[in-house]
Amino acid sequence: MADYGRIFKDGLWENNGVLCQMLGMCPTMAMTTSATNGLGMGLATLVVMATSNLLIAALRGYITQQVRIPVFILIIAAMVTLVDLTMNAYMHELYKVLGLFIPLIVSNCLPLGRAEVFAAKEPALPSFCDGLAMGLGFTAALTVIGAMREIVGSGTLFADASLLLGPAFKFMELRILPQDTGILVAVLPPGGFLATGLLLAGKRLLDIRAGKPIAMAGAHSV
Amino acid sequence: MSEQRPITHAVVLGAFCLGFGVLLAATDLVTHESIAQRKVEDLQNSLVQVIPTSIHDNNPVKDAVNVKDDAGKDVTVYRAMKDGKITGVAYAIEGTGYGGPISLIMGVDADGKILGVRATAFKETPGLGDKIDPAKSDWIIRFTGLSLGNPAEDKWKVKKDGGYFDQFAGATITPRGVVAAIKGGLDFFSAHKAEFLEVR
Repeated sequence: MADYGRIFKDGLWENNGVLCQMLGMCPTMAMTTSATNGLGMGLATLVVMATSNLLIAALRGYITQQVRIPVFILIIAAMVTLVDLTMNAYMHELYKVLGLFIPLIVSNCLPLGRAEVFAAKEPALPSFCDGLAMGLGFTAALTVIGAMREIVGSGTLFADASLLLGPAFKFMELRILPQDTGILVAVLPPGGFLATGLLLAGKRLLDIRAGKPIAMAGAHSV
Repeated sequence: MSEQRPITHAVVLGAFCLGFGVLLAATDLVTHESIAQRKVEDLQNSLVQVIPTSIHDNNPVKDAVNVKDDAGKDVTVYRAMKDGKITGVAYAIEGTGYGGPISLIMGVDADGKILGVRATAFKETPGLGDKIDPAKSDWIIRFTGLSLGNPAEDKWKVKKDGGYFDQFAGATITPRGVVAAIKGGLDFFSAHKAEFLEVR
């Protein structure tokens, strides 16, 4: 019996894809110029991870050890293309915001990492949940980094969220600082490194306070 | 598992490729038409911004012609018609900005006056160069109504270069690229005016 509580705790915090495994750094830095962008990229990655983990776990009996990596990549790339086409056809407004970045999920190491570490060994349902949990953790990290950069850089929070989530979410779009007072560097590439670094330091600090041994990035799996 | 011959791996990999290939082909088949439809809608949405609906009673996408520009590249020219006469044209132009190419679409009326210009895709610096977006600043709207000669041809530059147009605080390369692209678009119009306005 899989420990679902553990899976979600790992995905969201203890073994968070960005904060602990340090995987998927490229979308983490590139896509987080605003909280909305981070959220959208996170959600698209979540869908791909949950479905690819499910498929890989369900088919794991047929995948031989020697060709597993190409098969994992094939499955992940197929899921990305499926999401890309479906979104383009039926969620076009959202696609216009995220479209450019969806193909980049293929090159994100996190789905491949979870396929190798988790889905290749566990049954379908726990693997699906692992994809979901890791995806949620990734989404949370990207949204927080995006929010930090957006508040400092543009003085807004969740600008254009209604484009992503629908007009009902207009209330989320806040202006924190007056127009044109933002510190531009936060939304430029260096801001990605600064915000990610601050977040990593924050997590370490909390872990140390809680008396946990400091896990080296990537060393701790499952 | 470990005793398998290489052929087994090849068959496994091949089978997966075939299976997912079929899945993707099926998805493409299902979504193909919708995606094409969305593309047409996107184009029409950007055309509406540069060709006012009041000046035409046709569908400019249907009455498009291909015209070769000076570099020999085909440019699709969307033509607005009213009562059988061409009232305006719209076409895509491209400028060079700070962050790479800036794609724009511009509309010009039959007399060569700008109906509107909009940037459709660009990667300019947020907060500096992205003021070419009408959501951020009215800069690009100010081109509406201008033409070659208004301002004078040698004034189609940013102020820093001795021209007529404002640059942005901290960003000159973006407006310089856009002004040059629009000037190029107007030159294209005057060079091919006859082709544009001939009803075929």
